[in-house]
Amino acid sequence: MSPKISAKSVDLTFSTNDGPVDALKDVNLDINEGDFVSFIGPSGCGKTTFLRVLADLERPTGGTVEINGVSPKIARESRAYGYVFQAPGLYPWRSIGKNIKLPLEIIGLSKHEQSERVKRVLKLVDLQDFENKFPWQLSGGMQQRASIARALAFDADILLMDEPFGALDEIVRDHLNEQLLDLWKTTSKTICFVTHSIPEAVYLSTKIVVMSPRPGRIIDFIESTLPNERPLDIRDSSEFISISQRVREGLRSGHSYE
Amino acid sequence: MRSVVSICVVVGALIFVWYLAAVSLNSTWALDKAKRAGLELGTKELILDTWSQEKPKLPAPHQVASELWKTTVEKKITSKRSLIFHSWITLSSTLVGFLIGTSLGILLAIGIVHNNAMNMSVMPWAIASQTIPILAIAPMIIVVLNSIGVQGLLPKAIISSYLCFFPVVVGMVKGLRSPDKIDTDLLHTYNATNAQKFWKLRLPTSMPFLFASLKVGISASLVGAIVGELPTGAVRGLGARLLAGSYYGQTIQIWSALIMAAMVAAALVGILALLQKVMLKRMGMT
Repeated sequence: MSPKISAKSVDLTFSTNDGPVDALKDVNLDINEGDFVSFIGPSGCGKTTFLRVLADLERPTGGTVEINGVSPKIARESRAYGYVFQAPGLYPWRSIGKNIKLPLEIIGLSKHEQSERVKRVLKLVDLQDFENKFPWQLSGGMQQRASIARALAFDADILLMDEPFGALDEIVRDHLNEQLLDLWKTTSKTICFVTHSIPEAVYLSTKIVVMSPRPGRIIDFIESTLPNERPLDIRDSSEFISISQRVREGLRSGHSYE
Repeated sequence: MRSVVSICVVVGALIFVWYLAAVSLNSTWALDKAKRAGLELGTKELILDTWSQEKPKLPAPHQVASELWKTTVEKKITSKRSLIFHSWITLSSTLVGFLIGTSLGILLAIGIVHNNAMNMSVMPWAIASQTIPILAIAPMIIVVLNSIGVQGLLPKAIISSYLCFFPVVVGMVKGLRSPDKIDTDLLHTYNATNAQKFWKLRLPTSMPFLFASLKVGISASLVGAIVGELPTGAVRGLGARLLAGSYYGQTIQIWSALIMAAMVAAALVGILALLQKVMLKRMGMT
């Protein structure tokens, strides 16, 4: 089976006033269909940049990236992925339902199909009663769920998520993590998830990519041995703790040369 | 409530200063007149005289107020002496000019935002256009348009739009460029077309900027319409009232036309402010 997403010796150098910055250096990675991959590392390690490269929001300066066997640009034009940003990014003048319809209007779905999908995804993120509410009427966690619903409504089989729960408190975060795992299992999407929380990465992922800054690169690649069925208390198991330790050691070794 | 009180205090202070100024500016004439009649004026008579002259240098507030009352409430609005009639003449060309200027401004802004050549070339011209005194160019516009048979409201409206398009261009260029990166990125991931980006993101985001520009634009339009009435020797409109008043030394008429123009401007800006409040609230952008 050919990989869903494949990156070969990807480099990305930003030119800044202080000279060139290596955001990504020689990144090689294969992601298979149905994987839940977390990217973890300190800020500046290029995890978000890599996700943006996959989304064709940044162009790499070297190497090749293929999504479904084509370039990120073509993948984007064929709407191969949904993207969830750090902030909800809901348009304040649109109700939640209308926000979710935004991508559907752009693809040009029929009105009927649009409302069907809105109903379906709102149910997935447990926001059925909020279709006609406006973003400011929702809490931060609910807004982020709405933005996930918007990405899901797009119904692409790849979901790119850039620290979607970074700004939320622990309790809401746990809840959303559980929901996200459920979603992943029921929809069998391929998910790339950027985070800087070790428990979040270990709890969610089938594969964990540990990254390090200056230059941004991959320093460890962990295949999770946890079962697919993951209650919240799996985080107290010894297996979970040993994977967390490996991630932590990777992060530490990435810092040690400074 | 507190704002009402503070407004009243400021207005009261202004009227007080106005009365004092009327005394000092009009006293020369009053004393002159008394001297010729061989009369001695007491302080009280002097003050009362300065507040009730027929052609004072500075009419007192109550003179302007009673003139306003006489020319609005007590005159039929079809009468040529009705200030409401003249205001309507000016207002209609203000509104037409505002419409033309705003449309032109928005179209130019759309062009500037979407087209790099326009971005480089239009803005300097727009700025240059505003450095030319409107009083210098207004007669040219009227003469040129008249020679091709365009008369009446349209030439004045064009002078209005000349003043009004500029704040709209500047505001809308800024407004159409104001979406956050994350919102633009989002549409990029959907592979939205430029037209979709415009209608679904840029235009809604620019609304606060649009309203700010419209408020500046509409008062500029009114100034343009009045200025447009001056060089033509127009017989109708607030500008014509100002002109006629200055020909015949009718200072009370000039001041009442000025106050009327100010009230019209305040009403127009007030309506836009209200519209802005309602609209932005509905859009969740306050």
